[in-house]
Amino acid sequence: MDFISILSIFVMACFVGYYVVWSVTPALHTPLMAVTNAISSVIIVGALIAAAAAGVPGAKWLGLIAVVLASVNIFGGFAVTARMLAMYKKKEKKA
Amino acid sequence: MDHVSTTPAWAMIAYLAAGICFILALRGLSSPETSRQGNRYGMIGMLVAVATTLIVHYPGAALYDEAAGTLADGLDGLALAEILIAIGIGAAIGLTTARRIAMTAMPQLVAAFHSLVGLAAVLVAAAAFLNPGAFGILDQTGNIFAVSRVEMVLGAAIGAITFSGSVIAFAKLNGNMSGAPIILPARHLINFGILLGIIVLTALFALSASAGPGENQMFWIVTALAFLVGFLLIIPIGGADMPVVVSMLNSYSGWAAAAMGFTLSNTAMIITGALVGSSGAILSYIMCHAMNRSFISVIAGGFGSDAGSGGADKSGAADRPFKRGSADDAAFLLKNAEKVIIVPGYGMAVAQAQHVLREMAEELEEQGVDVRYAIHPVAGRMPGHMNVLLAEANVPYDKVFELEDINSDFGQADVAFVIGANDVTNPAAKTDKASPIYGMPVLDVENAKTTLFIKRSMGGAGYAGVENELFFRDNTMMLLADAKKMVEDIVKAL
Repeated sequence: MDFISILSIFVMACFVGYYVVWSVTPALHTPLMAVTNAISSVIIVGALIAAAAAGVPGAKWLGLIAVVLASVNIFGGFAVTARMLAMYKKKEKKA
Repeated sequence: MDHVSTTPAWAMIAYLAAGICFILALRGLSSPETSRQGNRYGMIGMLVAVATTLIVHYPGAALYDEAAGTLADGLDGLALAEILIAIGIGAAIGLTTARRIAMTAMPQLVAAFHSLVGLAAVLVAAAAFLNPGAFGILDQTGNIFAVSRVEMVLGAAIGAITFSGSVIAFAKLNGNMSGAPIILPARHLINFGILLGIIVLTALFALSASAGPGENQMFWIVTALAFLVGFLLIIPIGGADMPVVVSMLNSYSGWAAAAMGFTLSNTAMIITGALVGSSGAILSYIMCHAMNRSFISVIAGGFGSDAGSGGADKSGAADRPFKRGSADDAAFLLKNAEKVIIVPGYGMAVAQAQHVLREMAEELEEQGVDVRYAIHPVAGRMPGHMNVLLAEANVPYDKVFELEDINSDFGQADVAFVIGANDVTNPAAKTDKASPIYGMPVLDVENAKTTLFIKRSMGGAGYAGVENELFFRDNTMMLLADAKKMVEDIVKAL
């Protein structure tokens, strides 16, 4: 893909982000931060490419460490978000 | 462009699908009912992105042989095992932490997670710099594309700022470091100088003729400067401004991911980076707005120092008469009220009083009292922190209201029960132009027939260092004790 196509996707995604985030209820702002944190670890894609490539040992090791760090975030981020969201309950109707 | 990158069409579509899953993950958070499904979309998106990457770049694949100028191929079983072990280690650490962490410690955890994203971005950028062939960003002369050089150095710099800034934010939130701002002389000059240096060196790096893999040391200098500036930016910011800082670092971690997405021409990373970047920016804006402060003044730092810049003269305030109540008095007032609005603040979280508070509310409800909660946007140490703590204590979320939704109801309330909050109720924000918190939206607790304040002692104003004159009003009763202890006593008295 050329630079202009990528830039277009980026700018569009910023607008999508703007509208989607304003629609998030303030009560869920903490889970929002936790989940954005988890998804920003999609940077693991770059880490995997580096870790999978042979030829330059230094780059490979940096990639592997980055895979560990990003995995901590992915698993930790989604798990803690799920834990928080499970706590939001409506009032139970008492019999 | 002559990229060596040979990402197949299906993989591009898979990355796009992952990006859409991430949009749906955030979209789900518009209400608690849809939020859990949203989180699952996020996990699916991540799985798609990781699986696609492993299939396209399977270990040993597309290895660019510089000598032969061709692509060598073949699955490298050992490399695959290494990657799976790395993911396993990360998963074990991540899941254990997520399971064990106390909800009160959520701001620290988020700051720590941000630092990891930042560091991962730096490492990925460094790996791309050392082995650009693997990322498909080498031109025929063996140089890294100039555009890619800018993108990778930006990714590394933003990542480094996110990392060192988050480490400081973590240390301040976790109490490893004093929350008081550390003010260096001429710090604005120093920071501007470093930022300028980063920009100039980035330009030199992009324009340089020597740009082979790992060749130009400018990359490392910029990264090191960025680490330094992240550190310098956060140390002058006081503990009370941490909600803004954490949101801002959230935003940075997104921009770092986006920059690396540009390097890799990866739509999933670009969409995610943009989403996270906007999300953090909007949260920072909301936090600043709720404190009536400009983003610039928060970033410039220095607020919330122990010295205090309070407009009101505090000397002699301790001698002013106020009404002091006991748990029995409070229980009596609450029991005979029709409508009670509870205003929790950070003090409640510190005292871990949320569970016993919910017991008190349930007890009152059984006696026919209407109990609701009012939350100020900056209550707690991160956006939405109070809501999570109340949810943890099993407070139903439809009883919890935001400032704009409940503020006009204080007039009809019999009791406003303020627990561990101060500045967010201070009427000086509405009337006293000299007050440092003037203009900040506050909860109108004084409109309730009676206002109860639970506070440890009369000394010690809120973080803004401002005296709250509500404490001395006729319809205010001060309950001076540890919040948890006091609420327990009220429950007993009920």
